[in-house]
Amino acid sequence: MSKKIAETKIEAKDLSVYYGAKQALHHISLSLLEREVTAFIGPSGCGKSTFLRSINRMNDLVPTARVTGNLSIDDVNIYDKSVDVVELRKRVGMVFQKSTPFPKSVYDNVAFGPRLNGITDRAELDRIVEESLINAALFNEVKDRLDASAMGLSGGQQQRLCIARAVAVNPSILLMDEPCSALDPISTAKVEELILELKKKYTIVIVTHNMQQAARVSEYTAFFYMGHLVEYDKTRKIFTNPSKKETEDYVTGRFG
Amino acid sequence: MEQATTPASPEQHSFIRKTNNIGERIIERGIRIIGGVAVVLIFLILLFVLREALPLLTGAFSQPKTAHGATTSSAAGDRTLKPEVYNPDVILSEQQAPEEFTPEVYNLDVSVPVTITANTTTTKEPDEGDHITLSNILGTIWQPVSTMPKFGIMPLVIGTAKTTFVAIFIGAPLGILAALYAAFFAPRRLREIMKPMVEILAGFPSVVIGFFCLLYVGSALQSLFGFQYRLNAFVGGIGLAIAVIPIVFTITEDALSAVPKSLLEASLAMGATQWESAYKVMLPAAFPGVFAAVLLGIGRAFGETMIALMATGNAAMVSASIGDPVRTFSATIGAEMGEVIWGSAHYSILFFLGVLLFVVSFTLNAVTELFIKERLAKKLQGG
Amino acid sequence: MSIKRLIGIFAVGVATVAVIAIAGLVFSTMGTFLVKGLPNITWQLLSEAPRNNNTEGGIFPAIYGTTLLVLVMSILGVPIGTITAIYLNEYTSAGAVMPRVIRFAVNTLAGVPSIVFGLFGLGFFVQFLGAGLDKTFGNTEAIWAKPALLWASATLAALTLPVVIVSVEEALKNVPREMREGSLALGATRWQTIWKIVLPNSTTGILTGSILAIGRSAGEVAPILFTGVVYSLPQLPDGISSQFMHLGYHLFVLSTQSPDVDKTLPLQYATTLVLLMLTFTLNFAATFIRSRIRSKQFR
Repeated sequence: MSKKIAETKIEAKDLSVYYGAKQALHHISLSLLEREVTAFIGPSGCGKSTFLRSINRMNDLVPTARVTGNLSIDDVNIYDKSVDVVELRKRVGMVFQKSTPFPKSVYDNVAFGPRLNGITDRAELDRIVEESLINAALFNEVKDRLDASAMGLSGGQQQRLCIARAVAVNPSILLMDEPCSALDPISTAKVEELILELKKKYTIVIVTHNMQQAARVSEYTAFFYMGHLVEYDKTRKIFTNPSKKETEDYVTGRFG
Repeated sequence: MEQATTPASPEQHSFIRKTNNIGERIIERGIRIIGGVAVVLIFLILLFVLREALPLLTGAFSQPKTAHGATTSSAAGDRTLKPEVYNPDVILSEQQAPEEFTPEVYNLDVSVPVTITANTTTTKEPDEGDHITLSNILGTIWQPVSTMPKFGIMPLVIGTAKTTFVAIFIGAPLGILAALYAAFFAPRRLREIMKPMVEILAGFPSVVIGFFCLLYVGSALQSLFGFQYRLNAFVGGIGLAIAVIPIVFTITEDALSAVPKSLLEASLAMGATQWESAYKVMLPAAFPGVFAAVLLGIGRAFGETMIALMATGNAAMVSASIGDPVRTFSATIGAEMGEVIWGSAHYSILFFLGVLLFVVSFTLNAVTELFIKERLAKKLQGG
Repeated sequence: MSIKRLIGIFAVGVATVAVIAIAGLVFSTMGTFLVKGLPNITWQLLSEAPRNNNTEGGIFPAIYGTTLLVLVMSILGVPIGTITAIYLNEYTSAGAVMPRVIRFAVNTLAGVPSIVFGLFGLGFFVQFLGAGLDKTFGNTEAIWAKPALLWASATLAALTLPVVIVSVEEALKNVPREMREGSLALGATRWQTIWKIVLPNSTTGILTGSILAIGRSAGEVAPILFTGVVYSLPQLPDGISSQFMHLGYHLFVLSTQSPDVDKTLPLQYATTLVLLMLTFTLNFAATFIRSRIRSKQFR
């Protein structure tokens, strides 16, 4: 286990995102640390998912979206012209709210990313698939049916498959957009356990509606409201002694 | 074993380098180009139909580009026929293959003055072009093949108008009423049968509808109404109506189902009966859509070839009676293009008819697309 | 009985009559052609060439020609229609100008009379492309600048383009957005996502589009009148530059231009039934597959 160095991995400076005329994010500035779990919380439509999706530039898919300001990963501005979005997304994995396995076999799902990178050697692929599934704490459950369709897995298994799929391309950052919102408590517990395991290797950003979850898995928490970053601090502080009134109202359940 | 995948720092900035995207770009460019093919096609259709019709306007008829044969001639089997000789000075006699039957026997029971006469295979009128004047085109006699060809399109205009009118007059009400019935009066089971039934009707090839009219509708109507001619505008119109009904039905049904159900419920709640709600509330609410249905129905009836060719009698007469045989634009093209000399005045005027067909169908479609559909959307979404 | 009540009965009555009329039409036509056609369908009819100036024998060359025609048409038209649908659905957003123009063009194309397509095929494919090809290859004799199977197929491909586009687009829309995002988030390019995720999940839609296009075009006669069909051939077409026989055209000529129409009536009924069975089988197959797609769940 490597020693923790609190180094900035992702840094936003004055980042604003617009959808058409509507401004979804207002001048966000914050730094996320390497190999830590950071949770984004806030009511629906507060901009937390928008911020998450601007880290791997998924917002580019919205034709009317426009981004101003700076967002850098390892000190490289990812909105710079020289950045290749496709390469960026290989370094920044993403797990979605709705688990989205492809209608292919378990094996092919995990091998999808490596194959995009031109890996065709069967032994090499086997190794990556196995490692990724182990990393996603799924291997033991699916090792006998790697060739079965991924659509046959349970919801929690599907979500962990998506995590395996994401880590198979060897990213350094994992973005998770409400990864447990469609899961039952047992599956949720498994995924949370997994997140704590994964943070040894990856910088993880998780968007969640579930305050307890944020408290359980994250080291730092950012609270978003109406497109503004209201407060960003150690998770313990946010939940016990927030410095802003809105944050307190939200974490104590007075609104949202 | 957990350490196997090392989270990478060695190539962490690799996303700055533009990867090899050339293939991707070529594919995207290709897709964008091919994606526009429908637009290009519209232009090409207009351009090339117009191009062949153009000599009509400029009066400059080229030497016949080719002598065209065989498409309808039974002599096509003769491989030495060479109907496609490209340079005109090839021995013409070779093309004078005997016609085993004249193609003009369309409907033997039509005894009106025969407008297409005889052998067109090679005889090139040396100065056909001289006869093309505006007054000739607007004249009342369509006699394209004779020593003094007459290209008056008035009989064709009247013929097309008559058949289209009959088709819409019969087909539109049937289609609209049936759609209304399906939407508001039909029991569930019946409604589920009606759609496939109309789809069957829509699936009839027009040549089969034409054949049906030719065989049965003609005789039936003749004995019923005592028409002088077995095949006439009315028979053709009924054939076209069969083609029009599915279009009107489908579009009307779409329009009716686009009207919010709450409107019907509101009307019923106010004490209106089912039929009052259907006729007085729902139908008016869907009116732009119904209008679009009728316009597209007109477009279909107007442009349909095989039914018109087989069931109207094909005589270019100027007459007001729907019991007389008629000749439509499309049927004229269908019947005569196969026999015409490529590049001749007759050839050009047939393409000119094609231009008219294109312009009318384009206009009808543009009106429905740009005007009616938008109005319908506004009306239903409260714009 | 009140007047209002009478009007009500009348209003529902006319609608009922309309339905009965349409049902009568469908059943009488289908019934007629089944009853008159079925007894005349024999193995000889399906397998033999016509004899005695098409008044006797079979219609095999017409079946063969029709099949070949629609196959070549699919090869030409389905890829182009699929690519157009991909462009509209994957590379553009709904509000942009270009897709709106293209959609307008597609709808317009669907409304252009089939005979105009025939003229277009003659003017563009035969006389322009064909002549151009002949000139390029230095052919002294017209090889391409004449009506041919290839040109008729191309004309039909243009005619059925809207059918293919609409079907494929529907299938593409059915692929969940999350699936595309999942692929893109893994670093797949847009085309990789389309090729590996979207298209494999749209194959049935593409199939439906092709079948519908074939069903629509198998019965179309007007567009091929001047672009390649002939009434009689000494041998089967031996290439795409040959002319061909066609079921619909065969029926047209037999029923309107033959010197003794009555003599060939059995042949006409049989030809009609074969043509109808061909188009209906295709249409039903397409409807069936389409309803399967619509109910298909991705998870």
